[in-house]
Amino acid sequence: MTDGVLEATPPANHPLPRWRRLRTSLFGTPLNAAVTLACLVLLAWAVPPLLRWSLLDAVWVGPADRCADAAGACWAFIGEKLRYILFGLYDQDRHWRPAVASAILLALALVSGMPLFWRRATLGLWVCGLAVAVLLLTGEPGGPAVPTESWSGLPVSLLLAAAGLVGAFPLAVLLALARRSRMGGVRTLAILFIEVTRGVPLIAVLYVATLLLPLMLPAGSAIDKLLRAQIAIILFVSAYLAEIIRAGLQAIPAGQHEAAQALGLGYWQAMRLVILPQALRTVIPSIVNLAIGLFQDTTLIIVVGLFDLLNTARTAAKDPAWLGFYDEAFGFVALIYLTVCVAASRYSLWLEHRLQR
Amino acid sequence: MRSGPIAAVTLWWGGRSALQATILALVLFGGFLLVSNTLANMERFGITPGFAFLEHPAGFEIGEAPIDYRPQDSYALALLAGLLNTVKVAAVGCLAATVLGVLLGVARLSGNALLSGLVQGYVELIRSTPLLLQLFFWSATFQALPAPRQALNPLPGVFLCNRGIQLPAFADGRAAGWVLAAAVLGTVLALAGTALHRRAGRRGGLPGMTVAAVACGLPVSLLLASGVPLRIEVPELSGFNFSGGTTVSPEFSALLVGLVVNAAAMIAEIVRSGLQAVPAGQWEAARALGLTRGRTMRLVVLPQAMRVIVPLLTSSYLNLTKNSSLAVAIGFPDLVSVINTSANQTGQVLETMAIMMGAYLTVNLAVSAAMNLYNHRLAIRGWR
Repeated sequence: MTDGVLEATPPANHPLPRWRRLRTSLFGTPLNAAVTLACLVLLAWAVPPLLRWSLLDAVWVGPADRCADAAGACWAFIGEKLRYILFGLYDQDRHWRPAVASAILLALALVSGMPLFWRRATLGLWVCGLAVAVLLLTGEPGGPAVPTESWSGLPVSLLLAAAGLVGAFPLAVLLALARRSRMGGVRTLAILFIEVTRGVPLIAVLYVATLLLPLMLPAGSAIDKLLRAQIAIILFVSAYLAEIIRAGLQAIPAGQHEAAQALGLGYWQAMRLVILPQALRTVIPSIVNLAIGLFQDTTLIIVVGLFDLLNTARTAAKDPAWLGFYDEAFGFVALIYLTVCVAASRYSLWLEHRLQR
Repeated sequence: MRSGPIAAVTLWWGGRSALQATILALVLFGGFLLVSNTLANMERFGITPGFAFLEHPAGFEIGEAPIDYRPQDSYALALLAGLLNTVKVAAVGCLAATVLGVLLGVARLSGNALLSGLVQGYVELIRSTPLLLQLFFWSATFQALPAPRQALNPLPGVFLCNRGIQLPAFADGRAAGWVLAAAVLGTVLALAGTALHRRAGRRGGLPGMTVAAVACGLPVSLLLASGVPLRIEVPELSGFNFSGGTTVSPEFSALLVGLVVNAAAMIAEIVRSGLQAVPAGQWEAARALGLTRGRTMRLVVLPQAMRVIVPLLTSSYLNLTKNSSLAVAIGFPDLVSVINTSANQTGQVLETMAIMMGAYLTVNLAVSAAMNLYNHRLAIRGWR
């Protein structure tokens, strides 16, 4: 037994060749061999049927009745419904508008991933980009107005996540500073807002925004439903972002505050020029992780009847002509989320290593 | 330095009274505006503000209520049924997710490359797709199960079909309650006995066998004394459905499986990071003392890892509880779903939303208080 243990963890300064290390790790002890066999049985049970369904027996092109006879997946359904899943109820002839809007938002996200662009001007770039994307979706310039009810699919998911993060940013910075403030009244208000928001589910916040907000406004005024959901998301995210920024602020040594004071900088000048730039830089990986979660959480707007990427896919599967291809629809959307989120989390890991150096 | 309540308040308030007073006044004024608008709008629609509606008959069905609830019962009872459903999913979910998550976390760290690779793939897949998508998937899966006549039978007495999961259960409904109460009592007594024994400063002897005997023996003797028949009924196919045993609805199953599979991926990562946070020197020192791997884990590594794990585990439990609100999207009548129906039927939006927020805050504060208490104990024991 003891020999097995020693063998399983060879000293680091004598690395074994790769295949021998693998062999020890897989079959080094009787227990390991049993575990490996159990895993292989599990794989043999799960993988071949999955492969047969998704690739070998799948129907790639053709009409709905070809899928009805097939034993495998109906990817022809995705091909047929691709534009609906991506852009939903948006006017068929003007799909270039949501497409360009989505491209702008994706490009903004990619660009802000590069450390070269971590400067104040990027925030201006975001505001301009978001404005252009929203304008394109509304039908401006030169086109009949498109009501937000028919905005759907990918651009809605991207817009809610991006505008949610950018909109929450100033609020979150204020909340984080207030929570660390020496002024008790302001500090208590910030703590109350942050803890209450973090204590309730996003769905509760969405319901409050869609059901209660219209009642709270003076009679006769109305806010668009998508905008209400966006406000709910901004408020919700700001509480989480504030806690991340607070962690960053706590990591700044007291000497930085003192040095800023010694230079004669006031509170806001010191924050803007000395403290916040350092604090934000240290928490960028956490912000990326929050963004990943937010992108996934925008799917919850289904419960208040809005159409994001997941909801358009679900609706596509309800088409009477192509009935019930839920597995294909969900699988396709899962693949999109998987690609985006795995790439983002790899990026976040890379960033953490880079910032630690 | 003076002390006393006035000095404490002055210290808390800090400086800049004018600025703070302005901010507080603005917030209060904004709140007042919103509430007065709401009240005016409610009057316009002919809705009386207040919680009197709670006593009115609700008039809607709740698919599965943990308490005896009928549509002619009050809104208060309907909300209670929804809240209990939420608590039920959260409690069972946290327990199951912890067990699965710890197993996966340990598997991820095992020396076996294939096993740890599989777990890593699972974690990545779960963390990179939206929870709602996963819940839709499980919901579709449970609905696609065969009809009762062709039900799957993975374990003796357990059947899976599109009407839900059929499980064996006590023939007499009262027996389950007695078993649960007796088991809780036995566990509490056993824990108290262990604590007293520890307090007395003795080692060895009492714990182990005695504790197990008390925890098991008490429920059994209580049950025998209660006189409730303990016969267990196995579900059987009769006609087009099962009779006997108990049924777990497809909605509850889908929600529970979805939440557990999702939370277990997070907990696996927490357990892994907690175990990895224990320096390798601790393993080596334990081996030098002649401890086996199992004892090293139990006596040396786990107590230290728990200090990293417990605070993170708390936020996982809170997340699972909050995520259970997604039940509304797959048709399980949890608190949010009952609140939504009530708000739409009565128009008492302000009140129902306040109840919803209050309920979630209370549940969350309770979970986090309990976990913090546990965390506190761990931390103190570590310092001694």
